[in-house]
Amino acid sequence: MRILVISECEKGVLVPTTLNTITAAQQIGGEVDVLVAGHDCSGLAESMSGVSGVARVLCCEHADLENHITENLAGLIESLSKDYTHVMAAATTFGKALIPYVAALCDAQAISDISDVIDADTFVRPIYAGNALATVKSSDSIKMITVRATSFESASTEGGNAAVENVEATGANQNVHFIEQMLSLSERPELTSAKVVVSGGRGMKDGKNFEMLETLADKLGGAVGASRAAVDAGFVPNDYQVGQTGKVVAPDLYVAVGISGAIQHLAGMKDSKIIVAINTDEDAPIFQVSDYGWNEDLFIAIPELNDEIEPEM
Amino acid sequence: MKILVPVKRVIDANIRVRVKDDHSGVETANIKMAINPFCEIAVEEALRLKEAGNAEEIIVASVGPAKCVETIRNGLAMGADRGIHVLCDASPEPLALAKILKQIVERESAGLVLLGKQSIDDDNNQTGQMLAALLGWPLGSYISSIAVNDGGFEIIREIDSGLEKLQLTAPAVMTADLRLNEPRYASLPNIMQAKRKPIEELTPDDLGVDITPRVQTLEVHEPPVRKAGVMVSGASELVDKLKNEAKVI
Ligand SMILES: Cc1cc2nc3c(=O)[nH]c(=O)nc-3n(C[C@H](O)[C@H](O)[C@H](O)COP(=O)(O)OP(=O)(O)OC[C@H]3O[C@@H](n4cnc5c(N)ncnc54)[C@H](O)[C@@H]3O)c2cc1C
Ligand SMILES: Nc1ncnc2c1ncn2[C@@H]1O[C@H](COP(=O)(O)O)[C@@H](O)[C@H]1O
Repeated sequence: MRILVISECEKGVLVPTTLNTITAAQQIGGEVDVLVAGHDCSGLAESMSGVSGVARVLCCEHADLENHITENLAGLIESLSKDYTHVMAAATTFGKALIPYVAALCDAQAISDISDVIDADTFVRPIYAGNALATVKSSDSIKMITVRATSFESASTEGGNAAVENVEATGANQNVHFIEQMLSLSERPELTSAKVVVSGGRGMKDGKNFEMLETLADKLGGAVGASRAAVDAGFVPNDYQVGQTGKVVAPDLYVAVGISGAIQHLAGMKDSKIIVAINTDEDAPIFQVSDYGWNEDLFIAIPELNDEIEPEM
Repeated sequence: MKILVPVKRVIDANIRVRVKDDHSGVETANIKMAINPFCEIAVEEALRLKEAGNAEEIIVASVGPAKCVETIRNGLAMGADRGIHVLCDASPEPLALAKILKQIVERESAGLVLLGKQSIDDDNNQTGQMLAALLGWPLGSYISSIAVNDGGFEIIREIDSGLEKLQLTAPAVMTADLRLNEPRYASLPNIMQAKRKPIEELTPDDLGVDITPRVQTLEVHEPPVRKAGVMVSGASELVDKLKNEAKVI
């Protein structure tokens, strides 16, 4: 077995879900190589060589790869894939776009969002917004996989000693042109890897009221998330959305504020260790999955909670 | 320009699915079915492009059992012009489906394929990407806006860290995210009219595509259930429990 893990980086910094993907690859077994592709990424390739259990780091540096356009990476990965039994990436928007694209070039049926490894051909994946778990077995000679990062521990960034090898880029697609990215920058921890997530829903009534949740998140060293209704209402940007079609999170503590608990929202947070729900409707479905429910108006509850918790030291 | 919109028939998004006792799949007998919500958004966007004078014809296509005709009629009632039904026992895997769609794109000389980003039953999130790869067309995945211009399309994609703007040369494949638009309801006259719109029937064989699955589902299980916990009545009680009982803060 030889496995290639596609790392994801943003502005030269590793996206942490890559480390969870490496753990999933190690559970399959065999040799695990990591591809670092981008512009100015040799520093990152160097640091990836220290990740525990990585055999080789392949580094592909080229200006064409700067914006991680699917089409520009796909040819490179297709050519590398001939040496591998598995190609894997995290189930982020980056990996979810890339892996099926490369799979089609290799005539393989991709397997999305695996949450468990049974053996080299057999995996578990959530379907129907996580309301069922399917065990699936692939008969393809190469397995193209995206990984649900919250289901796997993060690989240690220390203890490894992999060789770094340079590989050639394969050329850019002339039919796709990058214009710009509009990123929502935040000092807070990244949503999918935060230990605490405080999310607001339609009950927040206004974007301005999210400041209360930011205060709470900062006191707990956490990130802020949202339901689809809160994003659609324009309270917060799209990248806050937790759920079936947003991000999947599994923090130690998830606080759902003014969120009813629709199945599509639960799909993105029900694997959290502890769930707290604050809602005025005592019949809200969110209470059925909460460890601690508080049937209270959020405009009373959140300020009280903020007063009660001392800031993080 | 002709636009092809592939639409999938799925269990309605509001239904809570149940795993069958024999673990072979989920219960589908007597359960309300609907057009996949993301496909509905794709149909709506195609209609808007046509209404703005950017497209001449909208074809909706569905691959699967006889009942998929209802899903096609759904798209026709919203305003699409005609349908294609590729008849087979079940919705094929994304790769086989993309091969079928490629054949249809070539037969119809479509200039844009608008898919949903994900089917809400299998949660694959693959077909559009695969079709773009097979056609060699640029891919706009997870889009929340399309503007037509001289060279093709300027699109905005929803990505994990925010938004991304790309220019795609036509022809192209795109997959619709939730915020692309708010789909219209079909009016009664349009529903009546849709019954007379043509639907062509084909089979995977007609298109020369082998749909034998590559991935076998061995079993399907319920996920572990979470139990409702306790109710608290104030901030100090909650903070105390989080600190001393759950030990998460
Ligand atoms: C295909 C599809 C995909 C979807 N994907 C997602 C997804 O990824 N993520 C997602 O979140 N949703 C998703 N949805 C939408 C989902 O079905 C729900 O509509 C959405 O989650 C509802 O958001 P909400 O709980 O904020 O709003 P609501 O359901 O309107 O709930 C608001 C809650 O706030 C409470 N409330 C109001 N005022 C107060 C107050 N002052 N104090 C305390 N509580 C208060 C109310 O009691 C209510 O329970 C999807 C839907 C579809 C069809
Ligand atoms: N059986 C089908 N017939 C037609 N289109 C489909 C079918 N299955 C999936 N699609 C299209 O592919 C998109 C993505 O589906 P998936 O890759 O299965 O998540 C859907 O939103 C549809 O546009």
